[in-house]
Amino acid sequence: MFDQLSDRLQATLSDVRSRGKLGEGDVDAAMREIRLALLEADVNFKVVKRFTKSLKERCLGAEVLESLDPGQQVVKIVNEELTGLMGGEGRELALSSSGPTVILMAGLQGSGKTTACAKLARHLAEQGKSVALAACDVYRPAAVDQLVTVGGRAGAAVYEQGTEADPVEIAAWALDRARAEERDVLIVDTAGRLHIDSDLMDELAKIRKRTRPHDVLLVVDAMTGQDAVGVAESFAEAAEFDGVVMTKLDGDARGGAALSVKAVTGKPILFASTGEKLDAFERFHPDRMASRILGMGDVLSLIEKAEQQVDERQAEDLQRKIQGDGFTLEDFLQQMKQVRKMGPLSGLIGMLPGMGAMKQLKDADVDEAELDRVEAIILSMTPLERANPAIIKGSRRRRIAAGSGTRVQQVNQLVKQFDQMRKMMKMMMSGEQPSPQQLAQMAGGGAPRPKYRRR
Amino acid sequence: MSTSWQQAFDLGARDAAAPPEPADEEGRRGVLRRLRESLSKSRQALTEEISASLFDRIDEETWEQLEEALIMADAGAPTTAEVVERLEREVEGGAVSPDGEAVRDRLIEILAELSANGRRPIDLSGEPAVLLMVGVNGTGKTTTIGKIAWHLSREFGLSVVLAAADTYRAAAAEQLAEWAERAGAELIRSAEGGDPGAVAYDAIAAARARGADVVIVDTAGRLHTQGNLMDELAKVRRVIAKQMPDAPHETLISIDATTGQNGLRQAQTFSAAVEVDGVVLTKLDGTAKGGIVLAIANELGIPVKLIGTGEKLEDLRPFDPEDFARALLAE
Repeated sequence: MFDQLSDRLQATLSDVRSRGKLGEGDVDAAMREIRLALLEADVNFKVVKRFTKSLKERCLGAEVLESLDPGQQVVKIVNEELTGLMGGEGRELALSSSGPTVILMAGLQGSGKTTACAKLARHLAEQGKSVALAACDVYRPAAVDQLVTVGGRAGAAVYEQGTEADPVEIAAWALDRARAEERDVLIVDTAGRLHIDSDLMDELAKIRKRTRPHDVLLVVDAMTGQDAVGVAESFAEAAEFDGVVMTKLDGDARGGAALSVKAVTGKPILFASTGEKLDAFERFHPDRMASRILGMGDVLSLIEKAEQQVDERQAEDLQRKIQGDGFTLEDFLQQMKQVRKMGPLSGLIGMLPGMGAMKQLKDADVDEAELDRVEAIILSMTPLERANPAIIKGSRRRRIAAGSGTRVQQVNQLVKQFDQMRKMMKMMMSGEQPSPQQLAQMAGGGAPRPKYRRR
Repeated sequence: MSTSWQQAFDLGARDAAAPPEPADEEGRRGVLRRLRESLSKSRQALTEEISASLFDRIDEETWEQLEEALIMADAGAPTTAEVVERLEREVEGGAVSPDGEAVRDRLIEILAELSANGRRPIDLSGEPAVLLMVGVNGTGKTTTIGKIAWHLSREFGLSVVLAAADTYRAAAAEQLAEWAERAGAELIRSAEGGDPGAVAYDAIAAARARGADVVIVDTAGRLHTQGNLMDELAKVRRVIAKQMPDAPHETLISIDATTGQNGLRQAQTFSAAVEVDGVVLTKLDGTAKGGIVLAIANELGIPVKLIGTGEKLEDLRPFDPEDFARALLAE
């Protein structure tokens, strides 16, 4: 999808060079494309409007006007602006200086609160903390049972009083108990509630008052559409939440709600929940989310996923190879095989840089076909060529194309993208963040643009 | 008049003309209350106006505002463009007179038409009829099953067996058990971690043995991006089909009204795995409009059949395209 955006922008601004000047009309056209892309990603309509307005101003400035490739420049700016909006650095949970740290979890029905509570509990327990969970959802059938089960699995104590007691009282009692038992953390699970249900929002405010939490977290489902803003604003008013947990990020929802919530409430997204298992929980990375919203590759997550599949030692070997520039097309082929073993491609494909365009194709079979093609190209290479793709020129290219039933252009594209990806992986491995320009280059793929190649 | 329960279901050969008389006072009060509520809702539907000022004047701004309203309702850019362009063309071409009321009525028509694409009643003609519920985590499958069971019993006097085929999630069977009790339905379950297909099988066998009318199969919430879980779902379906040709007679996907554009992907992918017949649009009691179902009906031909409007047994209604169209743009 990023490829698409990048291509669309380039097409829109392609004749600028011949005219020699970028006009407001051109920038408007570019803003339309970006607006569409963000709306597709479920970013709130009003947030998109504001965003494209300030973006337009920047785009009418010298850095785009004087650029030799305005399309690419715009893409770079969009990524920068989005990343900035998404929050820059992540933030830590506020901790208590004496007595248990109280974390209150709130959100709509079905957002994933109970699972998130257990995951957060596990996350903290792994850091050596003693964690307790308070079961304050007395409405949803078997909610208490669910928390007891998953809380137990997370290694936390679960404080419950069944479904007959009042949630506010349960919360207060749980806090007393957590203090008495000298717990480090008390996580309070609450019932899902509509932001327009005044009785339940009052209840939430009361729970907050009684437990005086150090952190109030709003749990938001990544697939939430335009409604995210209204929900966040109401919860901000009633519960004054400090941060957000985004859930179900293992799906293929672009997650524009994350941007909307952050833009409108100013509250950071602290955690990302990425699966149903208890360990599928991580710190939220704003830059990765920005890429995802734009439809770009998320290489780090992919590497992490691959590492989970591959055993420890192999992972270390891989890391060494990448850092030492020894990562070859052969290695990539092996990694890809591992990746394909993992299961559903549509989720993972979105993570492979430069493969963004494939997500556009609705038929999952075609995604497989695309990867088959990549595999075929690599398999048509000699081991030397896989180890050192720089030697692939002229007749070698033609031979590989013929052998894999592809076009020379496609072979070129793979080699170029691989090169970019390798550079990026190397940077990330050594803790550097690739610049948005480099990301833009790589996802842009296609025709060579030597002027923009970094050393 | 809004779509009735009788219109929403095809009960086949069963005589369900008269719902059973509620025996007790409370039951009677309940019926009267529901009748009153449904009447006031239809009155409300008739007077529920699209945002008052929207069609006072018909100019460029009108189309922009309409576009904004539809996007904010999660209809998505492609469907929104289609609707707005069509209406604009009709007004400019003279097919619709450029006065507020005419344009508003035509818009409702267009939206209702779109949302009714592929519309058919829920097929419960099988004996027993098998209904399979699928969907992403947290969309309201289990609660909806409880509501459907209750309504089938109340409206049509049907006996229902529930299959707790979500064998993955902690306390899922307990949750469904609670609903079974509230709805007066029987529950078939297995141990946690058991085979979901086996539970479905047992439930159908039990329904046959007891002469029950309907089997509703609950499944674990799953993301459509998890290929292995989609395969598992396809397998459950095959188990059901092997046991009873033509079954499951109806497969419904629950879609949360707050879902954005991803809803379309969900419907598409689930449909590829198990042939979805319809959508239950849940959590419409919130502020989200559920406009994504316009895209689902329009682009995939999968209609909405039921809507969920709360967490209680009663909070379920047959989908009515016109009511939905009006609500889509109301304040």
